[in-house]
Amino acid sequence: MSEMIKVGMADLKICKYPDKLTTLGLGSCVGIALYDSTTKISGLAHIMLPDSTQIRNNTNIAKFADTGIVELIRQMVAAGAARNRLTAKIAGGAQMFAIKDNSDFMRVGERNVEAVKAVLAKENIRILAQDTGLNYGRTVEFDSATGEYLIKSVGKPVKVI
Amino acid sequence: MARIDLDSMDSTYMDVLREIGNIGSGNATTALAQLLNRKIDMSVPHVALLGFDRITELIGSEEDLILGILFGIEGDISGMMMFLMKPESAHNLTNALLCTDNQSAEFTEMELSAINEIGNIISGAYLNSLAMLTNLKIITTVPSTTIDMAGAILSVPAIEFGKIGDKVLMIETQMGEGEAINGYFLLIPELDSYDKILAALHM
Repeated sequence: MSEMIKVGMADLKICKYPDKLTTLGLGSCVGIALYDSTTKISGLAHIMLPDSTQIRNNTNIAKFADTGIVELIRQMVAAGAARNRLTAKIAGGAQMFAIKDNSDFMRVGERNVEAVKAVLAKENIRILAQDTGLNYGRTVEFDSATGEYLIKSVGKPVKVI
Repeated sequence: MARIDLDSMDSTYMDVLREIGNIGSGNATTALAQLLNRKIDMSVPHVALLGFDRITELIGSEEDLILGILFGIEGDISGMMMFLMKPESAHNLTNALLCTDNQSAEFTEMELSAINEIGNIISGAYLNSLAMLTNLKIITTVPSTTIDMAGAILSVPAIEFGKIGDKVLMIETQMGEGEAINGYFLLIPELDSYDKILAALHM
C-alpha cells in the first residue's frame, strides 16, 4: 500500500518507493518534483517566490525557488539518491487573475517558473517535462513507482507528464 | 509612526483593523442589499494571522471550487482586495439580479460581467468608507474574476504576504451567513500601507 504524502504551501517533502507526494491547488506557486529513477527516491517542493536574496525575511527556505530546490536535493541525496541521476518535472506558475498592472506581483507565476528553470540549470538537473503558466490552478501528484507527474485542473482532463 | 510587525502585533492594532473591516464591509453589504433590494446580514469581522497552510481553512479545502474577484488598490496605500464567493452563492446572486435561473456549473459571459460589476460596487463601498475614515486617497483597479480551486486563488494573497513573512493577515468578514448569498472580503494591504492606515487614524 502506498502512502500519499501532502506537501503544503512553502513546504517540501521527500519519499521512497512506493509512496506518492501531492500538493493541492497550485496557483502562481510552482511544484518541483525531483526523481532518481534508480533508487526511486522522490522529492516535491512547493515554492512561492523566485529569489530568497530579494527578501529580508528569508528563513523559510522551502518558500523560495533558489533555497528550496537546493534543500530538496540535499535531503534526497542524504536519503540515498544519486545527485547526477536526478531529473525534474515542474508544474504551476499560473497567472490566476487577469489584472493589468505594472507592479510585478501579477507576474509572479511567470517569474517563479523562470527562477525554477534557472536554478535547475545551475544545479545541472534536466527538466523532463513541464506544465506551467496559463491561468488555472493545478493539483499535482508525483508517483515514486513510475516517476509520473499527474496534474488535475478544474474542468480539464487529468494530464500525466 | 507605527511600525507593524506581523509577529508581534498587539490587540489594539487588531481592534483597529477589525473596526476597519467592520465599517468597510458594513458599507459593502448595504450596497449589495440595496442593489438586490433584500436584507443581508453580516458577521463581526475576524482579524487573524494565519500560516500559509491554514489560509484556505476559512473557505474549505484547497481543492474546493471558489469564485474570487481581485482588485488592486492604488493611491496613498497599495495592496489588494479580494471578494470570495462559493459558486452556488454567485449563481444565486446573478439569478436574483438578472432574473434568470441558472443552476449549472458554468457561468455565462453576461453573468461573469454582472459579477465583476457587483464586485466593483461592493469593493467601492468598502474602500470609500476606508478612504473617508482615514482621509487617504484609495483607488481600485479594474476587477478580475476567476473561478478555480481555493488553494490556487488564495495563493495570490499568500505570495504577497510571503514577501514579508510566513503568515497572512486576513481581515475577513462573512456576509449573509446561512443565506442564499454569502461571501468573504479579504483586505490585503502591503505592509507599508498598514502603517499609513494606522498613522492616519493617529495610532
